[in-house]
Amino acid sequence: MERIPILKMGDFLLVTIQVDLYDQLAENLESDLINTISKHSSKGVLIDISAVSIIDSFMGRILGNIAVMSKILDAQTVVVGMQPAVAITLVELGLSLNGVLSALNVERGMDLLRSRMHTSDNEELEYDDDNE
Amino acid sequence: MQNNLLGVLKEHENKLLAIWSQILLESGSGDGAMEEEESKEFASLFLNALAKSDDNDTHEFEKVQDLIVGISSSRGKRGFSPRENAQYLISFKEACSKILSELITDPATLYDANLKLNAILDDMTIMTFEAFMRGREDIISRQVDEISEISTPVITVWEGIVALPIIGTLDSSRTQVVMESLLQQIVDTGSSIAILDISGVPAVDSLVAQHLIKTVSATRLMGAECIISGIRPEIAQTVVHLGIDLSGITTKASLASALQTAFDMLQLAVVKRKKIVE
Repeated sequence: MERIPILKMGDFLLVTIQVDLYDQLAENLESDLINTISKHSSKGVLIDISAVSIIDSFMGRILGNIAVMSKILDAQTVVVGMQPAVAITLVELGLSLNGVLSALNVERGMDLLRSRMHTSDNEELEYDDDNE
Repeated sequence: MQNNLLGVLKEHENKLLAIWSQILLESGSGDGAMEEEESKEFASLFLNALAKSDDNDTHEFEKVQDLIVGISSSRGKRGFSPRENAQYLISFKEACSKILSELITDPATLYDANLKLNAILDDMTIMTFEAFMRGREDIISRQVDEISEISTPVITVWEGIVALPIIGTLDSSRTQVVMESLLQQIVDTGSSIAILDISGVPAVDSLVAQHLIKTVSATRLMGAECIISGIRPEIAQTVVHLGIDLSGITTKASLASALQTAFDMLQLAVVKRKKIVE
């Protein structure tokens, strides 16, 4: 059965979605990811969706779910490389993915995760988008 | 009886043309020699169709209809008024009736003939109108396309900062273009900050505000930050009166202060250089 690989990079998990997701695949990804987070007690999840050209409300919800679930397990989710069309679709669907951080590419996403790590080491900060 | 009407008109084609152009001249809309060609072609095609058609066979008229549709849509594009356009066919009808009344003496036959003529020509007049409007609408939609194409320039103001000055009214389709080109530019340049300058937007209603909020959310989803600048006092008033919540969006009064904020976010500073004294 087809699966999306989840790569462990130190404290972070890296997921690159290279195929168009269908519902079953997305659900598997969700449970796999959550299990992996709890197994390695990861601090951050980076999901690269630069190759995803189509997204629907279900997929948007899955992304939101992953973020919330990871948050409960004390891991921050960053979605990187979202295509303009996908962003427009999500906004039109009314899914603004609250709680999910975004970055333009993997590099910046990693930077963002690292900076979050440092701030949360000192003190739990409230969700603040302006504070990089 | 039918053949009577049709045959009669066919024989008097030249006379018909003369009367027609005279009526057109009198009504003040028949200027320009180029119409003559069109009119001649139309008259002969129409009369031929009349002569060939029996009963209510509309098949013969399709060619004529195509021609008249072509004529009026081209007239629409050339800037004729709707009145002049309608006058064109109505005066043709007038000319036909005139000839018919000269040739047919029996009132009943004349009435029938006129009725039939009216039915055919009225139908065509409606078509001309539709074609005329379509011609005009083509122009308008083309202009709308052109305007939206030239009106969304995305400018790279600094490394990592893009700005999009919006000039003119924002509607749904235009906002869509604005949003798409801005997001595409963010991807292409890898910019992390986008400035949306609305100092050229005359008015903001709830729909436009909604669109702006959507654009900001979309840029955030892409991983960039969006600043709205150039908000004039009237617009600020309108937004508050409409009860639109812009609290989640960074707004600045001018492009300069938006740029300053962008610099701050990127941890950049513009400093005045010390003058080197020799």
